[in-house]
Amino acid sequence: MDIKIGYYVELFIQFLLDHFKPFFSSISNVIEGFMTGTESALLLLPPLIFIISMALLAWFFTNRKIALFTLFGLLLVFGMGLWISFIKTFVLVLVAGFFSLCLGIPIGILCSKSKNTDRILTPTLDFMQTMPPFVYLIPAVMFFGIGQVPAVISTVIFAMPPAIRLTKLGLNQVPGELIEVGHSFGFTPFELLLKIQLPMATPSIMAGVNQSIMLSLSMVVIASMIGASGLGSNVLNGIQKMEIGVGFEAGLSVVILAIILDRITGNMRFGQKKHSK
Amino acid sequence: MNKIEVQDLTHIFGPHPKRGLKMIKAGQSKDDVLKKTGLTVGINNVNFTIRSNEIFVIMGLSGSGKSTLLRCLNRLIDPIEGRVIVNGTDIKSLDKKALREIRKKEFGMVFQNFGLLPYKTVLENTTLGLDVQTLSDEEKLERAEKSLEKVGLSGWEDKYPDELSGGMKQRVGLARALSVDPSILLMDEPFSALDPLIKQEMQELLLDLYDEMNKTVVFITHDLDEALKLGDRIAIMKDGEIVQLGTPEDILTNSKTPYVEDFVKNVNRSVVLTASNIMIKPSVLLYENDGLNVARYKMSQNNFTSIFVVDDKRRYKGLVLFEDVYQAIKNGENDISSLVRQTKIVCPDDTINDIASDLAQSDVPFPVIDGGNYLLGILVKGTILENI
Repeated sequence: MDIKIGYYVELFIQFLLDHFKPFFSSISNVIEGFMTGTESALLLLPPLIFIISMALLAWFFTNRKIALFTLFGLLLVFGMGLWISFIKTFVLVLVAGFFSLCLGIPIGILCSKSKNTDRILTPTLDFMQTMPPFVYLIPAVMFFGIGQVPAVISTVIFAMPPAIRLTKLGLNQVPGELIEVGHSFGFTPFELLLKIQLPMATPSIMAGVNQSIMLSLSMVVIASMIGASGLGSNVLNGIQKMEIGVGFEAGLSVVILAIILDRITGNMRFGQKKHSK
Repeated sequence: MNKIEVQDLTHIFGPHPKRGLKMIKAGQSKDDVLKKTGLTVGINNVNFTIRSNEIFVIMGLSGSGKSTLLRCLNRLIDPIEGRVIVNGTDIKSLDKKALREIRKKEFGMVFQNFGLLPYKTVLENTTLGLDVQTLSDEEKLERAEKSLEKVGLSGWEDKYPDELSGGMKQRVGLARALSVDPSILLMDEPFSALDPLIKQEMQELLLDLYDEMNKTVVFITHDLDEALKLGDRIAIMKDGEIVQLGTPEDILTNSKTPYVEDFVKNVNRSVVLTASNIMIKPSVLLYENDGLNVARYKMSQNNFTSIFVVDDKRRYKGLVLFEDVYQAIKNGENDISSLVRQTKIVCPDDTINDIASDLAQSDVPFPVIDGGNYLLGILVKGTILENI
């Protein structure tokens, strides 16, 4: 027996390539432009100013401890001479995270509203999450060439499922009585979503945001295999040349970025009450 | 005037409910339907009318269909058959937009678990219903403040729900429903989650608010005491049907089914029953013009130690004691008027609770007298004991 699923997948990809090339190039151009713009802007900024503003941001959203960690962590990255790689990775995560949320949250809302969408999407999400992330790299390269853009695309695919799942979960967990409150006052479905469901689901959605960003971060390192520059390519260099020092320094920088992003997104409270007792 | 008319209303939960509908119409019971199809009959062919400006209580145990019935009134649950006519409009015929309009205009709803948004302040929670109405911001604020004042929560506007006690939370729920100025207030077991003392306080608050405003209240409860205290009329539900509908007195004195009787047995009747419910017709009365010997005869014939005196129009004058009459006859007198004594008199609306302790200490029965001084009946110790 010889079942050639792989062969048909190749045929399908070839079909897409033959007929939708202009479509993929335009996506590629948009993302490329978006990323280069952000990257140059951040690189133009003196590192010290960037570091201090990140620390202040951390202080504003969370607390002093995390702000201090941000300050010293980023100084260390700068001191190790990995600043340019760091910014490239940072932008990659930011852009990929941004797109996963822009797609993931609305899809999550759709899933909670429509049972049919949910029925189709749940197995798709399972598939997306359990498929080894390296596999996404191949079609990404075929469609978008090598470099930052395929890295962003494959990262978005890999990082989107938790945003969808946790948005859906949060919306489904809103108590029925609160939904009835909205209906009893004559809310439209949109008003109900905006005034009751989304605010009630915020903690769960924020957990999804946090998870998406963490997954993006783990993917950008893998994406260095298809030519994404940044900390990932430093790690890859280390592996290829058997230089433990280079690999460790780049890895440490990834960890610092991960902790900063995790603590900030994990502690944000949107629409939650701001008083503390 | 009728505010809400419910006609032939039936609702069945589960997939393809029409199957169950046929069985119910063919006269099969709720249990049969459940056994054969797995469908749950929520409401089974219910008919009633709610009048303008009354407190209509729907009472029953859990699973009796009372909450389902309430939700059919504003179509939070869409009944599979029957009509609900609110102010002359059959709400089952409305499209989504018209339904939202009628919900905005006519209905305010209060929920068992308060239904407050935890991340919003008391004021923001109160304006929730107003936010979707076409009003200026100032007007919204003014109406929210006014309804918070009505429920006694002025000064708490900036607190969050988790800083409030249960009773206060439900006050917010009530203020929120009142702020949209609905003509109908739907209350789904609003006080069931509260402890007894707070519950009483909230009942008083509701009655005070009800007196002030022109609103129709539909109140769901599983507590007969509460139903009797609040309701102008009470519908008792069992297995999705209304087994009895009537005024609190009707329900108490004239239980139509064993189910209602069981309910009534447990209630503290002394707060509900009035003198007019339990008074007895006096078998013999003494008239002003009767002589002393007639008085002695009437009392000894009936083994009375005292007898009430009325005039020829049956207006109450007082009572005479057997021993006084006996003495007077011995002394050769023949005039009753000098012997007539006064005792405590009772109005027909006084509850047993009001009268019981006085009557217990009294040696003579109490007369029940209406506004025209007319003797309606008498209260003796024995009848009170029978009725508590």
